Amino acid sequence: MIELNKDNFEEEVLNFDGKVVVDFWSESCDHCMEIMPEVKKLAEEFADDFKFAKLDIKGNRRLAIGQKVLGLPSIVFYENGEKVEHLSGEDLEPEDIRKELEARA
Amino acid sequence: MSEKYDLIVLGGGPAGMSSAIYGSRSRLKTLVLEAKRKTGGQPSTYHDMENYPGVPETTASELMENFRTHAEKFGTEFKKGEVKSLEVDGFEKIIKCKKGEEYRAKSVVIATGAEPRKLGIKGEEEFKGKGVSYCATCDADLFTDLDIVVVGNGNSAVEESIYLTKFVNKITMIVIHDEGVMDAEKILQEKAMENDKIEFVWNSVLEEIKGEGIVEKAVVKNIKNGEKSEIDCSGVFFFVGRVPSTDFLEGVVDLTEHGYVKTTKQMETNQPGVYAVGDVRNKVVRQVITAAGDGATAAVMAQSYIEEEEYWQNHVVNADKPALVAFWSVTDQESMDLISQLEAMELENKGYKFLKIDTYKNRLISDRYDVEEIPTLLKIKAGEVVSKLVKPEKEEIKELI
Repeated sequence: MIELNKDNFEEEVLNFDGKVVVDFWSESCDHCMEIMPEVKKLAEEFADDFKFAKLDIKGNRRLAIGQKVLGLPSIVFYENGEKVEHLSGEDLEPEDIRKELEARA
Repeated sequence: MSEKYDLIVLGGGPAGMSSAIYGSRSRLKTLVLEAKRKTGGQPSTYHDMENYPGVPETTASELMENFRTHAEKFGTEFKKGEVKSLEVDGFEKIIKCKKGEEYRAKSVVIATGAEPRKLGIKGEEEFKGKGVSYCATCDADLFTDLDIVVVGNGNSAVEESIYLTKFVNKITMIVIHDEGVMDAEKILQEKAMENDKIEFVWNSVLEEIKGEGIVEKAVVKNIKNGEKSEIDCSGVFFFVGRVPSTDFLEGVVDLTEHGYVKTTKQMETNQPGVYAVGDVRNKVVRQVITAAGDGATAAVMAQSYIEEEEYWQNHVVNADKPALVAFWSVTDQESMDLISQLEAMELENKGYKFLKIDTYKNRLISDRYDVEEIPTLLKIKAGEVVSKLVKPEKEEIKELI
């Protein structure tokens, strides 16, 4: 998974022609850390259809707020730079992410 | 096949984990089912923990981790699963989870706690995870240097606001009461009043949350004069009480009109072998220490329930010979006389199993067989009552045998 920050976000996500999945996370978010290994597995499984990236909101808060992310974990789907889906909440399960991936692949 | 336990605890908060500590230490095969990934219940979403006796320096989540370690030390198993249904079939209780797992237990402790109350305000659902939050420790650092609004004025609202001031730029607390009046304890109120980052809007309620994709404004209404005003903010935290998680229990155990489980002082529900502890129970004081106390009580009750029930099953219901059961109490001389009379009759030699039930200690069996007066003598064959004698005469007993 690509590590995003304020320097490469535009190039890797907003100006990218295709489908991108961004995992917004933070070390202080227990649930983010719990689902991270599962998200990595999904990234391998769906590598043909999506580009997977992650963004540590620490140090990138303005960027996260700019993407309307104010709750962790947040899994945001982009298509050709447009935000098309935003999954979040403490009850977010890897299966929910899988369903969305399958629907959008 | 479903696994069978002596004790299954529904919910891994302080009440449930205390039951597990007591249960597994008494050698009961104990399972804790927790719906969330992380155990610890409500305290695991809070920060400060200043009033748990004997542990002056700790945080809420650290204390909850210690509860879990303690339970595991005595052999408690932990599994993740959200309970869909509880069925009580006499001595067997069947628990089904949302993902299809099934468990069986001799006794069950309900410790499912309570969820944060939602007010149903316009925008509340829409902005969940986009500025609306119910958990300070989960989301605090997202709001670093931002302005937020807190709804509520009870203990958790004030405690969590004080914690949030370590992160945010400014907090506006919306308080429904007159200026200076809050539901929180005095000591907390004073801390909040002294805090430079906390401001108050009195006599007011939150009416709506507005924004483009994320929270940008809170609309507040003054309940005295009806005037509305808007507060610029990036987050709205709700701490407005909680509601019990008991939907799956409707029709299974008695609930209050607000959905709390009704129990006796011994944590018993109306179903034998099923107990309820902690915030899910109908009670007044809801603290970590009182939850832990509930949990301990229920586990001890569950243990004696299992012992009594197993004794009864082995010696009466599944016995190969008929049983004569005398219900007595030390406070009733007549019943004591009956016992000595029966003991002198050498019933075991006449092909009977003879049991004495102390009605003071063992209400479970007495209630099941509607024993209202003592002494009462029951003759039970293959689990069925063949005859019931209340205050029997000598002749009647002879006839029975």
